[in-house]
Amino acid sequence: MDSKYRCIVIGVSAGGMDALSRLLGALPAGFVIPIIVVQHLSADADDHFRAQCFDERLDLVTKLTEDKETIRAGHIYLAPADYHVHIEDDLSLSLCTDHKVLYARPSIDVLFESAAFAIGKQLIGIVLTGANSDGAIGLQTIEKSGGLVIVQDPLDAQSSAMPHAAIRACMTPVILPLDDIAEYLMKICQPQSRAQNG
Amino acid sequence: MSSLGPVLFEQTGGEIIQRSGSMEKNDITRLELDLLIKAIDERYDYDFSHYARSSFRRRVEKKISTLDIEHISQLIPLLLHDRDFFNDLLRNFSITVTEMFRDPEFFKDIRTILIPKLKTYPFIRIWHAGCATGEEVYSMAIMLKEADLLDHCQIYATDYNCDAIKIAERGIYPLELMAGYSNNYHKAGGIGEFSDHYRSQYQSAKFHDSLKKNITFANHNLVSDGVFGEMHVIICRNVMIYFDPTLQNHVYTLFRDSLVHRGFLCLGSKDSVDYSSVAEQFETLSGKNRIFQKLPVSLADSGLKISYG
Repeated sequence: MDSKYRCIVIGVSAGGMDALSRLLGALPAGFVIPIIVVQHLSADADDHFRAQCFDERLDLVTKLTEDKETIRAGHIYLAPADYHVHIEDDLSLSLCTDHKVLYARPSIDVLFESAAFAIGKQLIGIVLTGANSDGAIGLQTIEKSGGLVIVQDPLDAQSSAMPHAAIRACMTPVILPLDDIAEYLMKICQPQSRAQNG
Repeated sequence: MSSLGPVLFEQTGGEIIQRSGSMEKNDITRLELDLLIKAIDERYDYDFSHYARSSFRRRVEKKISTLDIEHISQLIPLLLHDRDFFNDLLRNFSITVTEMFRDPEFFKDIRTILIPKLKTYPFIRIWHAGCATGEEVYSMAIMLKEADLLDHCQIYATDYNCDAIKIAERGIYPLELMAGYSNNYHKAGGIGEFSDHYRSQYQSAKFHDSLKKNITFANHNLVSDGVFGEMHVIICRNVMIYFDPTLQNHVYTLFRDSLVHRGFLCLGSKDSVDYSSVAEQFETLSGKNRIFQKLPVSLADSGLKISYG
């Protein structure tokens, strides 16, 4: 029994706390596909407090990303403020302090592009509410590498610019209101049986 | 077995043809990166094979986008035959994103935890490893000066990027950045006026020569160069995250061997000696701000055997 997907990456900016709480809060404890989140924050945001708040509220284990740690099933990893997060080929996470990309560090595009390279078609990328265009190029890269791309319905988003940019960049994104995304993920991430019937 | 033989052979043969014909685009990129790293190592003796690969690839791809070439492997003939081209490429591999009093909380801990301990030393040797353009070296020098310790210090500031070292040695930075740095300085517990430490000229801030009279700027590559002996303090922030675990272990061992008994290791906020092969030889002084102290080597660890013949 195996899911078709190995990993989910999520990018969110303005309105992120509420959107993340609702999306991640709707995922049950048994949801095993690991999730890596880039949320735009100010460089001096209290990271540990944010991770702790999510961890207490969510059914899934939520933590701040540590350099070179291996991605584990059933975990949610938050990008720390002021660091980019990369996924390596061996499915470990690396941090870096390279220049900001589209004024952002962590950058959604940096995470998405590295994830697309490492994981290819077994990846799901999701862009949620935000007031800039970060994530659009990254989501396009995920789609080109054969991954599945999901965008929050701009009409439903607190800030629609980021979803709009992502939709424009992709060929066939799945567009859903925020509260439908968790259910959709549970449906498509269900384990598939390898054995043939009969 | 004999009846299965030809079938297996056919299948295997078919697979090989299919695989070699359909090597995925990303696999080709991986191969190109390996070849690039090998070419650089053999031609110029810079070994990037243990750098964290994803950010390294991003920097290579960014460089390619500024040149009129399509593939990573096209860099190879250019760098093999043109040292200037390679030097330019090398500058792109080196990370020089830094600022003064970056992470003010860290420098506050230096002021409150480390400096009182250093005050008991007659002479202090400090090594800033991977100092890039030197902003943190001057930050530290300012704090040592304000604690009346600077005259008792010999500071070594090293990086493998020669251009960065030259900038560090000049100690001249854009004036427009000073407001932010001053803010950091006060958050870090600065007691004076930040602007007392530099002179404004045109659009630049030139830090006073008195700050650098005990600083030696030098080229040193953490990947390939050896121990920098007898240091009391080593500061190496946001460098280790660019290395893979193998190279991290190598460099942490280098630091352990370069520190005196009870010497201090100061790292970036996401670096940690905790998961390295020398973890047990350090104790934590500030967990949040990653300040560690080298433990005395016990007889057991040192491998010495005492015989009671």
